[in-house]
Amino acid sequence: MSLTADDVKKIAHLARLGIDEHDIEAYANDLSNMLNLMVQMGRSNTDGIEPMAHPMDQAQRLRADEVTEHDLHEQFQAIAPQVEAGLYLVPKVIE
Amino acid sequence: MHNKTIIELAKGLRAGEFTSVELTQSFLNRIKQHETLNAYITVTEELALQAAKAADLKLANGDADLLTGIPIAQKDIFCTRGVKTSCGSKMLDNFVAPYNATVVKKLNDAGAVMLGKLNMDEFAMGSSNENSYYGAVKNPWDQAAVPGGSSGGSAAAVAARLAICVTGTDTGGSIRQPASHCGITGLKPTYGRVSRYGMIAYASSLDQGGPMARSAEDTAILLQAMAGFDPKDSTGVDCPAPNYLESLNKGLDGLTIGLPKEFFGDGLDSGVAAVVEAAVKEYQKLGATVKDISIPNLNLAIPAYYVIASAECSANLSRFDGVRFGYRCKDPVDLTDLYVRSRGEAFGKEVKRRILMGTYALSAGYYDAYYLKAQKVRRLITEDFKRVLQEVDVIMGPVAPSVAFAIGEKINNPIEMYLSDIYTIAINLAGLPAMSIPAGFVQDKPVGLHIIGNYFAEDRLLNIAHQYQKITGWHEKSPKGFE
Repeated sequence: MSLTADDVKKIAHLARLGIDEHDIEAYANDLSNMLNLMVQMGRSNTDGIEPMAHPMDQAQRLRADEVTEHDLHEQFQAIAPQVEAGLYLVPKVIE
Repeated sequence: MHNKTIIELAKGLRAGEFTSVELTQSFLNRIKQHETLNAYITVTEELALQAAKAADLKLANGDADLLTGIPIAQKDIFCTRGVKTSCGSKMLDNFVAPYNATVVKKLNDAGAVMLGKLNMDEFAMGSSNENSYYGAVKNPWDQAAVPGGSSGGSAAAVAARLAICVTGTDTGGSIRQPASHCGITGLKPTYGRVSRYGMIAYASSLDQGGPMARSAEDTAILLQAMAGFDPKDSTGVDCPAPNYLESLNKGLDGLTIGLPKEFFGDGLDSGVAAVVEAAVKEYQKLGATVKDISIPNLNLAIPAYYVIASAECSANLSRFDGVRFGYRCKDPVDLTDLYVRSRGEAFGKEVKRRILMGTYALSAGYYDAYYLKAQKVRRLITEDFKRVLQEVDVIMGPVAPSVAFAIGEKINNPIEMYLSDIYTIAINLAGLPAMSIPAGFVQDKPVGLHIIGNYFAEDRLLNIAHQYQKITGWHEKSPKGFE
């Protein structure tokens, strides 16, 4: 299995992850090596095996639908890059 | 004072031999003196002295806990209210956590004195601590060598006596491997034993916080304070924690130790193998019997781990978008540019590698072949362990294939770095508890013995480790210059 520079660009776009142009070849090479490691799993027979997501096979726990958190928005927004009137600011999305 | 155990210090504090303020100041001085190790990212001197004063008051009032007034430190992955929580990343270099992780709250409530936040691989991704935005940590035993990772600052701090005990986290070996490389005791609890609330997520189905200290006894005391069900952690398991100190003194007569042949195959350094074999012989003297066992699917652990961990990391790290907290790039032209450049400028190479890998494994058309397949393989590996643990009480072997390698030796070869996690990774996939305890030296560098137990058998592991530490002195050795 090997990935091309174009594959890497596509994946980086999906992840919204900026990568330097001159690093793309190295990433393609590293990811291809990782994939070659991963294809080893293909040798195992997993027919009829249930996928495992939690070591104790515990399902998502539910709780009563009650308010347990206080409003801490001022505290949370104090560490935000840009805030105005309780709103997070980002570059204009709609012209 | 820095070579005493928690129980000795607790006695000294109660007998008035020294105060917590004095004890804390002596550790703050040591941290300054050994700054070049780079074990700490942030030293919280003022807060520590305040906490020490409060601890002295508690001690005077007689309502103190064993940990009250004891200087500890937190891995910088645990959120600490009002204190920078960087996770070893440029992304969170400006992040002051607005709340405490449950582990932090519990240790604060116990009266422990936090000295600061410890260096680590960025977002806990790495086995050498070289992936930190704040630079590599040096191994106190050999300053040209890595301390291991990702809890490298944690392990180095304990080995160099820059804290009595510390927290770490273990997703693929990140408590045990640095504990092994730095000659200290580290325990990765059963998945779900210690709350993950406020512990910055890397791979949520594998991450587990745990204690690191010099001895099993100190580790037991710290685990007692950290463990317990937390409704704020939706993956936590509601299973009451026993009294870990009480279980330390049981005898080992009748203990059955399993030695998996896959742990002693090609790639294991002969010196490390000899240390592990000698440790197992000590256990036989203590009444244990040994059985040869097999974990046939162990060779699939590394591929399955790197699919699952990368996939989960790519999802978890999508929250770092430059909008609500953390790093934001300068003058973004539009929203996509804001995301792409903020993430591109603030994440390091290894983190990017894993985000890319995980994004690929989860992308349309590849999910079944990678993530789903890896989750099935995960069950195969887990079943191997469950079967074996019906025949033996614990499994023993090496923690890492060699002693600590040189800084820079493997940094440009990620696959080689991944392969060095072969013995630890499978344990995270199965969710089992495991320890590394100091068992000897090869070329003057420490070697850890890996002890793996059944689900929620942390008490048994600590007991087994303590009995060994009663008849050996490896855990008491200190690196030159740090005595």
